[in-house]
This record gives sequence, C-alpha cells and structure tokens, in this order.
Amino acid sequence: MSQEPNTYSALGEVGAVSEKRSLWQRLMLDLRKAPMTARFGMIVILGYIILAVFAPILSPYGEAEVFPEPYAAWSAEHVFGTDQIGRDIFSRMIFGARNTVGIAVATTLLAFIIGGSLGLAAAINQSWLDQFLSRAVDVLMAIPSLIFALVLLSIFGSTVTNLILIIAVLDSTRVFRLTRAVSLNVVVMDYVEAARLRGEGLWWIMRREILPNIMPPLIAEFGLRFCFVFLTIAALSFLGVGIQPPTADWGSMVRENASLIMFAQYDIKAGLTPLLPAAAIALLTVAINFVVDWFLHKTSGLRDEQ
Amino acid sequence: MSNKTKKGDVLLEIKGLKIQGFSDEKWHDIVKGVDLKLHRGEVLGLIGESGAGKSTLGLAAMGYTQPGCRITGGEILFDGSDLAQLSESEKRGLWGNRMTYVAQSAAASFNPAHRLLDQTTASTIRAKIMPRAEAHSDAKTLYGALNLPDPDHIGDRYPHQVSGGQLQRVMTAMAMSPRPDLIVFDEPTTALDVTTQVEVLSSMRAIVEEFNTAAIYITHDLAVVAQMADVIKVLRYGEEVEESSTRVMLSDPKEAYTKSLWSVRALEKPIQKPSDTLLSLKGIDASYGTVKVLHQVDIEVPRGSTVAVVGESGSGKSTTARVITGLLPQLAGSIEFNGEALPKKLSERSKDQKRRIQMIYQMADTAMNPRQTVRDIIGRPLEFYLDMRGEKKEARIVELLEMIELDASFLARLPGELSGGQKQRICIARALAAEPEFVICDEVTSALDQIVREGILKLLLRLQDELGLTYLFITHDISTVKAIADQVVVMNQGEVVEQGLKTDVFQPPHPEYTNLLLSSVPEMDPDWLTNLTRHRLETAGNAV
Amino acid sequence: MHPIIAIILNRLVLGIVTLFMVSLIIFISIQMLPGDFAEAILARAATEETVAALRKELGLDRHPVLLYFDWITALMSGDLGNSYTGRGVIGADESRAVFDLVAPRLKNTLFLASFAAIIAVPLSLFLGITTALYRNSAYDRIMNMSTLTTISFPEFFIAYILILFLTSLFPIFPSLANVDADTEFFERLYWSALPALTLTLVILAHMMRMTRAAIINLLASPYIQMARLSGATPRELILKHALPNAWAPIVTVITLNLANLVVGVVVVEVVFVYPGIGQLMVDAVASRDIPVVQSCALIFAMTYILLNLLADIIGIVTNPRLLHPK
Repeated sequence: MSQEPNTYSALGEVGAVSEKRSLWQRLMLDLRKAPMTARFGMIVILGYIILAVFAPILSPYGEAEVFPEPYAAWSAEHVFGTDQIGRDIFSRMIFGARNTVGIAVATTLLAFIIGGSLGLAAAINQSWLDQFLSRAVDVLMAIPSLIFALVLLSIFGSTVTNLILIIAVLDSTRVFRLTRAVSLNVVVMDYVEAARLRGEGLWWIMRREILPNIMPPLIAEFGLRFCFVFLTIAALSFLGVGIQPPTADWGSMVRENASLIMFAQYDIKAGLTPLLPAAAIALLTVAINFVVDWFLHKTSGLRDEQ
Repeated sequence: MSNKTKKGDVLLEIKGLKIQGFSDEKWHDIVKGVDLKLHRGEVLGLIGESGAGKSTLGLAAMGYTQPGCRITGGEILFDGSDLAQLSESEKRGLWGNRMTYVAQSAAASFNPAHRLLDQTTASTIRAKIMPRAEAHSDAKTLYGALNLPDPDHIGDRYPHQVSGGQLQRVMTAMAMSPRPDLIVFDEPTTALDVTTQVEVLSSMRAIVEEFNTAAIYITHDLAVVAQMADVIKVLRYGEEVEESSTRVMLSDPKEAYTKSLWSVRALEKPIQKPSDTLLSLKGIDASYGTVKVLHQVDIEVPRGSTVAVVGESGSGKSTTARVITGLLPQLAGSIEFNGEALPKKLSERSKDQKRRIQMIYQMADTAMNPRQTVRDIIGRPLEFYLDMRGEKKEARIVELLEMIELDASFLARLPGELSGGQKQRICIARALAAEPEFVICDEVTSALDQIVREGILKLLLRLQDELGLTYLFITHDISTVKAIADQVVVMNQGEVVEQGLKTDVFQPPHPEYTNLLLSSVPEMDPDWLTNLTRHRLETAGNAV
Repeated sequence: MHPIIAIILNRLVLGIVTLFMVSLIIFISIQMLPGDFAEAILARAATEETVAALRKELGLDRHPVLLYFDWITALMSGDLGNSYTGRGVIGADESRAVFDLVAPRLKNTLFLASFAAIIAVPLSLFLGITTALYRNSAYDRIMNMSTLTTISFPEFFIAYILILFLTSLFPIFPSLANVDADTEFFERLYWSALPALTLTLVILAHMMRMTRAAIINLLASPYIQMARLSGATPRELILKHALPNAWAPIVTVITLNLANLVVGVVVVEVVFVYPGIGQLMVDAVASRDIPVVQSCALIFAMTYILLNLLADIIGIVTNPRLLHPK
C-alpha cells in the first residue's frame, strides 16, 4: 500500500459508506427492483382506490336501485345479475369498494391514532402509565377480538359509527403493543438520551427523534392491520352484525346471495355470483399482503439466503 | 512462538484469493488477491483495521464463506487439496476434525441447550478420533491445561452458567479436542476485559505451543498479536501490506501504513499543571434499582485539563458520567460545578447548566439520529441554546464543521453516509455547538480503528488548547490515557482506587488493583506475555 | 423451590387474574345494554308494572355488584344460568339451562377444532421446516406465494369455494353439517369434513409461515455457524442444534394459531350451519340472550387465555437458561 500516513485526512476517510441518493432516486430504484408480486399488488390497490373514489360515475345503476326481477341471470343489462330483491350486483360491487374499503381505512386510521400515540407515550414514560396501559391491553387482548366485537355490537347496535369505534379500539391494542415495542428499541438509543440531556421536551423527542425512526415498521403494520380490520368487518357483515342494508357491502352481499351457490351445477354463473364479492375482498388483501411482504423484506435489510 | 525455530512442511497455501461480498445491491471486493503460506506448527497473525478483510480471509482459510460472500478466484490449498473446489460434505469432513475455529463471541457461539462437555467433544466423537469416554476425559485434561477452575466438573455446566473469559477458554478446548492441524482464532479476546484477556491469552498460547498446532490468529490489536504469532501479515482494504516475522515486524516495519499503526501508541500528551477546580464530586453513592454501583466516589476535575477515568466493565466509570449529567440522580453526596452546587436531577437543572456540560458517546452510530442530516444534528443545539436561526446558524454550522476538519459539503448528509471517524467528528461538533465548558467523553475512541483514533485524539487535544475545554475522559484503554490525560482516576467495582497526576499514577508503587490493571495491558514486545506470566507465577509462588 | 416453578406459578396467577378481569369486562359490557331483556321480551305488552315484575323475577333490579357475584359464584359451580329464550310472559317458563344449551355444542365445536388441528399442525410444521431448509428454492417461493394468498382470504371465501367445488359441482361432501349427539364417529367425520377442511386452510398458512420464520431466525444464530464450522451435518444442525432451541417458538406458533382457530370457528360454523358454540353465540347475539352470550364469550376467552398460558409455560420450561439457573 502506498498511501502515506501523513496524507490522512478526515475528509478523505472511507469506510462502509452507503451511496448518497435522493429520496426520489431511491424510490425509483426500489420500484424498478420490486418483484412481480409487489407490482401486481400496487396496481390492484391503485385500481381499488380509483373504484372507490369514482364509484358513482363508474357504476351503471344506483347503490339501492331496485329492479323488478330478483335473482336475474347475468346479462348485458345486469352484468352480474340482480340480488334477492332485484338490485344490480355489479353496481353494488362498485359501491361496496367505497363502503367496505372506506370504513376499513377509517377504522385502521383511528386504531393507529389511538394505539400509536398511547404506545409511544408508554415507551417514553415507562412508569405507571406504561404499567397501566400494558396490563389493560393484556386483558383486552385476552379476548379474541371477533368475539369481543360480537358482544359489543350486540349491545351498542350495528351502526357504522359503532362498528368503526369498536373495531378501532379493539385493534388499537395490537398497534399499541407494536408501537411500544419498536419505540422501546429507539428510546434506549444514545441520540434520544442526547436530546434529553440537551433539555428537549417530550413532544420534540417524540416527534423528531422517535417517530421518524419507527415509521417503516409502522407503515408495514398499517398494511397488515388494514387487512385484519377489513377481514373482521367483512366477517361481521357476513354474520349480519356489521354494515347494515341497504348500504352495499361485500361481506353482507356474500351472505345475501349465498344460496345461489347451490345452483352452480345448473348455471355456473349464478353459482359464482356470491363468490364475486368474497373474491373482491380476497384480491385486495392479497394485493396488500404482497406489497407489505416486499416492503418488510426491503426495510428489514434481511437477506435470508444461505 | 517467535523463538520457536522448527518449521514443518507447508500446511496451508492460499494463492491469489479473491472474495466478494454483496451489499448495497452490488458485489464488492472484500479480499483482492491475497497470498498466504502457513507451515505446520506455525502461528500466523492476521492484522488489520475494520474492512481489511481479515476475518473473511481467516474463514476462507477453512474453505468457509459467510452468507452473502463468494470466492471469485484463487486457490486454498490445505495439505494439497483445494478447499475452493471441495464439495460441502468433503469440507465438512475437515471441519471440526483437521481444522477448527474459535469465534469472537463465545457467549453467542455456544448452543444454549447443551452442556459444555458435550459441545467440546461433539466433533471429536463424530469424526471418530476418540471414543466418547476418552474424548470426555481428554477434554477435562484440556480444561485443566487451560487453567479453567474445577476442570472435572465445569463441563457439566451450560454456557450461560460460566463467565465470558471461561467460555472463551472452553471454546479453545473445543477447538483443540480433535487435535486439529489448524485452528483459526477470530478475535478471541476482543470482547474481554484486559485483566481477563491476559489469562485467556496465556492459556491459549500455552496449549497451541504444547500440541504444536498451526494457527491463524486474527485481531486488530498489535500488542496482542505480538504475543501470539510467529509471523505477522498486515492487511488493508483486502490487500496485503506486508508480512514478516514478529520481531522484524515490530522493530523494523517497512511500509508507511504499518509504521503509522505503530506510531499511534507513541502519542503522549505533556501534562498540564492543575489550576482551579471546575467540577468536584464528593461522596457520591448511586444505584440502579437496588444494586449499588457507586460507593463514596470523590473526583476533582481541574479547569482546562483532561481527567481520565480508567476501569474495566462494571467498575462504575460510565455510571459516574450518568450521575454528572443528571441522568442518574445520586443517592448521597454532592456535585459542585463552577463553585455552585449542581441539582441532582436533570429536570431541575437550568438550560444554561445543561449547556455547559456536554457529552460525546462511544458509539457515534447510535448517538446520532439516522434520519437527521448533519445540518439538523449540529444546528439543533445552536437553535436550542443560543437561539441562532437562518443564515447565522448556517454560517456557524460550517464554522464548526471546519473546526472538526470537515467542510460544508457534509451539510446535507445523513449519518449513514459518513465513515466511522467522520461520525464521531460530527458528534464532537454537536457538543461544541453548545459552547460548553466541560465535555464528558465516554469511550469515544474505543469503537474506532487505530489511525482514525489517533486523528480524533489529536483533534480533541487541539480543541482543548484552542477553546480551553475541560474533559472527563472515560476509557478502558491505557494507551488512550497516556495520549490524552493530565490526571488519572482508577476505578474498580464502584470505588475510586487511586487518583492523581498521570505521572504519579503510572509510577510504582501502585495499589494492588492498579498494578494488576496496568500490568495486564499488552505491550508491543513479543516477550511481554512470557515475562509477565513468569513474573506472576514467581510472585504467586513467593506468596504461598 | 426450583426458580422455574416460581415463574410458572407466577404465570398461573397472572392467568387467573386475567380471566377474572375478562369476566368483569364481559359482565360490565352486558350491564351497559340499553334497555334490558325484560323490555325486549315483553315488547309491545310492556307496561311499567309488567316490566318491573319481570325484572324482579329475573333479579335484574338488584345492585350490579351483587349480580356479578351471583353470576361468578354460580359459574364456579358450573351453573351458567338460564337462557332467556323460551321464556314467555311471566308464568310460562320454558327456558333451558344455559349449561344444557352450551355443553353439547361445545363438544361439537371441540370436535371440529381438533379435527382441523390434527390435520393442520403436523402439516404446517412439516411445510414450515422444509421451506426453511430449502429457502429460496422454487418450492419455497411457490409455498410462500400461495400461503401469502390464502392468508388474505376471508374464511367464508374459502368455505364457499370448497362448497362450490365439493358440493355444488361435484357432490362429494354435504354442504350442511348435520351432526347431533347421536351421530356416529365416522359419520361425524364425513359431515364435518368441509368445515374442518376450511379451518385447516385458514390456519395452515399462518402456522407454516411463522414456523418458517422461527427456524430461519434460529439458523442465523452464531452457534449454528459455529456448529457448521465444527463439521455438523445438515441433519445434525437441525435436529441437535436448532430444534432444542426451537421448541419455544414453535409451540408459541402452534398455540397462537389454535387460539385463532377458536375464532375462525364462528364464521365457519355459520356457513355450514354446524351446531357448535360459535353459531350459538351468533344466534344469541341476534336475540340478545344475555346469559348465553356471556357464557359463550367467556368460554372463547378462557380457551384463548389457556392456550396462551400454555405457550408461555412451554416456552419457560424449554428455556435452558431458566431450566439450569446459575
């Protein structure tokens, strides 16, 4: 080696330094390298968003518009036929995107606001507040959330507001646990101690030091939580205690048209009808899971190759 | 050993070895064409700083590449066969049989579910070198030879039931059990305290010598490798710098890089005469929960000087720093700063009191928020304490960057885009931004490579000179103390053993613990360990 | 006393406390019901006097704390109270004891859950371990994608797909699970094949993925690398080095998924009209039959808590650090 020791300078020091790239460059690089599954997922999610936003424009008929013929077969007029009281299933599918997905998004957001802020506070405070919240969450999580939701919905009634509130509160327990756990890993970092030593207030530490560093796991969790909430709401609607008619919703549409499945041997299209809304649910959760899986793989920096 | 003259045939020969590793979505060269020759019974020291590729090379000597790495060229000839060409199962026949490995972290490298004796002998029994009973009794003999306490029964324990130093020796016994031709030691004493390190080193050396085993000893510590190796090979950036026998390498290094490694240890600060007291701790007691960690600690820090606090892990030196900063309020005793009493709790101290005392951490990686740019990191104290904004702030940040020998091009970088030394410099700049009087340096150089370390120490000294700073320098490394301290405080198990001017503390006579600590620090003399072991044996013999 | 016993006792006490808290929560939330059962069953015939009389008869007029203690002491002795349904206006009491309602259905549910678990647990462990061993192989990738897909399916979607193929198009299995107390064992298996298959698919993917992750996590430990460098064969690596340390995570995976199975049972029972406790609960919720809802919720919660407790304890017992203290 020829490098003279006295030519050493801090400026020229090299090490395991990652290249400097702008946010946009990194994003594009990641997207280009994203696997097929993740790309497929992103396209599907985009499609659902468009459906939900432009539902009234895209659907041929109104959400609760009743036609004279119930259980009509698939035709040019009614693409997927009509349901038990003669509403156009295709239109209700499109409106369902708006209702089912919209409610699930609202619920997940609320769960994150509640669980996230409490989890963060518990991780920083680490005294009575942490003790109290953690024990309370332990107890709440000891009851399976679908069962708990059933009990609570039967008490408070199945309005959309109740549904959102109840599921959000029950689900916030899991968000709380995750936020608390990942925040605890950050709270012990020297840079948080340095901020504390400097005399920074709690709010600043939360917002500037901790939050940016726990975002990746929280974003991934948002995707997974959304799937879970979405499936729970669908299950509740399917059981008849979720979103109530005449609001178009995929879960209840499955239940309402379930009996058609036995006609599959005579008319395969009729047999498929109840599966359509169920497939719509499945497709979205599959898409989100694909994207989250890729995201987790990428951010964890894990390469589990041999 | 260096004084060993007999050399056997060539056991291992590496020719033009190239290894690549995958990171940041690209293949990078880690080892760039290294040649190596090892004879039977010879110990080769591989030394280099982080990123030199020494561990990768050491593992490759066994034909093993870590996940994410690949061999792209060259030959690894072990006893005539090329390991790079052998199949996994052929290599498996060699591993744990003719070649064994001693890892850095013994605590993580033992399987928590099995007893030590079974783990020690597993590969010997598998390779049918000895029957089970014989392997077990042999392992107990090895435990004895390695100076492990109660060699007949220590093997019945589980890994978490013995100390780190003992585990490292058990691992050496495990490596020795099949009587291999080659042992690869991968930084085996790096995680140990200095007084433990001496014991482990001399046990290891004795046993390697006894069985005349060839070994590759990987380390970043020159003084340690000087005790162990017959031949030293210096690596940098995956290439060989130079190779020669230990004595020649120590007394007459050829390459400038090697010389610079040697010179770091020569850094020594002339002593500053003590002036008035800036900070004094009186009768400090502190505890974590119910465990008391500080007992009646008194420390005086004169203004404008550097006080080094020395001790091993668990000595209470870092706790002392936490008490001074107010993170851990003391149970008893008082702290005076600038002649006035400092409140115990951080929350009771004024903003100005907080500003005057700043802290620099050991791990610059965790001391900076990975999501903030250099501008944010250095700018925040300016804004927070001094109320600087806009252009004034920006100008001051650049000024601070220049003070630490960096420049404005670093403003927009994130910590992940800096090298180790640059990160620590940014941390120093952040502390300086507050315009402090007193800076606590908690092992600030121990995670850094030697050359980088020298740069940081020089920078700290220069800043002290220019700004009249007072340092409390916490470290376990005696050569760092020599380089930077005026005064030395020796701590052990939460108590101050000795304190005073550096020259006084380093002069005998010492209290017993200081003596143990100072004598355990490896020196750049290949006979140091031999002499020390003999000396300790004699003293112990006299005592009996 | 061995410290491990102390830890286990500690967990048991914690479990009991949790159970108590859960019973309290269920009780309180039911107390918050707007308008009680008396009003609900009397409906149009409700005058103030009749309501008051019925409330008195049902004991609803007493202090909630007393009501709770009555309920909990009765529970301890196995008395789950009387169902509200079947109870007419005062006098004509045809209500049944909740215990008699719940017990046979609980048996059915347990049968269904065990049926699914017996298929799902060994299968998912096998798939999880093999995908971990051959990770990034084509086999692993295909399994990864297909399990990721099934995880995302709602239970009823899987159920109806199975019905479509195995009942409607190719009538192999019945779509309605007609079982009662007298159904013979093999006939019972036949009738509950579709619900059990659905449940298996529901938990299989989760369990497999978690097992795979636990094994991979383990294989990354330094002591595995050490074992490889000591010449251990792949077989030894798994059986001797990884597995003894894998019990705790694997058991956690299994119990956690069995707990999920308990929840999954509700929807599946409704789809197949299987006379289990899940369906009973959904019906009771619809008719606001409080004692039944209470009991079912408590049974579900209890199973859930017990399974988690079990996971906890197995994790402790297999941890060498706790098993062999210093």
